[in-house]
Amino acid sequence: MSEDIDITKLETPELLELIQDDLYDGLADEVVASVNELLARDMTPYDLLNNGLVAGMEIVGNDFRDGILFVPEVLMAAKSMKAGMRILRPLLIETGAPQTGTLVIGTVKGDIHDIGKNLVAMMMEGAGFTVINLGINTDVDAFLEAIGEHKPDIVGMSAMLTTTMPYMAVVIEALEEQGLRDQLLVLVGGAPLNDAFAEEIRADAYCRDAAVGVETAKKLMAIKRGQPN
Amino acid sequence: MVKTALIVCGALAREVLALKVKHGWDADILGLPVLLHNEPERIPPAIKKRIQQAREEYERLIVVYGDCGTSGSLDRLLAQEGVQRVGGPHCYEMYAAGIFKALMEEQPGTFFLTDYLVGSFDHLVLEGLGIDRNPQLRDDYFKNYTRVVYLAQQDNPSFKERAQWAADSLGLPLEIRQTGYGLLEKRLIELVGE
Repeated sequence: MSEDIDITKLETPELLELIQDDLYDGLADEVVASVNELLARDMTPYDLLNNGLVAGMEIVGNDFRDGILFVPEVLMAAKSMKAGMRILRPLLIETGAPQTGTLVIGTVKGDIHDIGKNLVAMMMEGAGFTVINLGINTDVDAFLEAIGEHKPDIVGMSAMLTTTMPYMAVVIEALEEQGLRDQLLVLVGGAPLNDAFAEEIRADAYCRDAAVGVETAKKLMAIKRGQPN
Repeated sequence: MVKTALIVCGALAREVLALKVKHGWDADILGLPVLLHNEPERIPPAIKKRIQQAREEYERLIVVYGDCGTSGSLDRLLAQEGVQRVGGPHCYEMYAAGIFKALMEEQPGTFFLTDYLVGSFDHLVLEGLGIDRNPQLRDDYFKNYTRVVYLAQQDNPSFKERAQWAADSLGLPLEIRQTGYGLLEKRLIELVGE
């Protein structure tokens, strides 16, 4: 639809709205064109991220939660956000955009599912977190090594299988043994999990989807820093 | 004679019907839509509704579902309702009859097919996951998978051809395991009787 629009003629607020629409429709090329146009107008990468990409993904997240959008549409939107992030990421670092915290995230050992986890990683990056994505099939040693190296505020673990979700407890026990658990927030997610499981393995929270993950991370970080929002 | 109904996942209905004929069970089969699996939290309420309807006509009810991603909430519902379920976490474990764990340990990136899934692969996988509309999503979903294992209930050459087509469309190698009905049959015999 937006290929018929001359974006150079749109006002900046309209262009931000167009980014949100194109992101919703999964039109990555159009998102990239609008991001470049707004950068050319000297909009800061931070404002562009928040008022364009993150605002768009919030609408996508809400409609997914409400059953209006489904996984394929969310993935296409995520691909579009990723395309926009590819341009903004170096600029955000360059311009010293505010950082919310650091997240180390991985799909646990024995599990190869990463769609939800990657979505969380991208949304967290959009929310200002530095994200270290350890990928799939991540064992306890890889988590500990990344924690030692990056000193994160949050550890995120994902599992899609009832057979692999118990491994989250193995990682948390290792954090306890190493005396690291109290310094970290541990968030868990994945289709077979629920609040009761998170509580049982002594995680800080179960996050039903990526949007909840971001909200929970921001809320717990604020509490951790003594700035309840 | 106690009137019995089997409340069955749509993905198992054909197989349970075949077992009913094979073993001469005097039971009716009440199906539920397969698509509930896309949102597992909808499975327990749908089964509860079916149980309530069925109680008007049947004295004995058996639920033929796995846990199917309900994280134990299906079993909690059935405990409250006093209804038995065929054991097992999902149909792959039932059909693979003791080798599911080994298959997963061997290659965690194993994508399973059953006779039902082979028959409805285009609808459930290609359309359901939006790959038909957005072919680039195939790699998002399947890039970490390393093989397709077809747990075959029937020894049917046309199903095997279709399984090969399904594996090819995912760009993965196919292995075929002729499992029959596996633990689904054994566990149903224990519940329903010979």
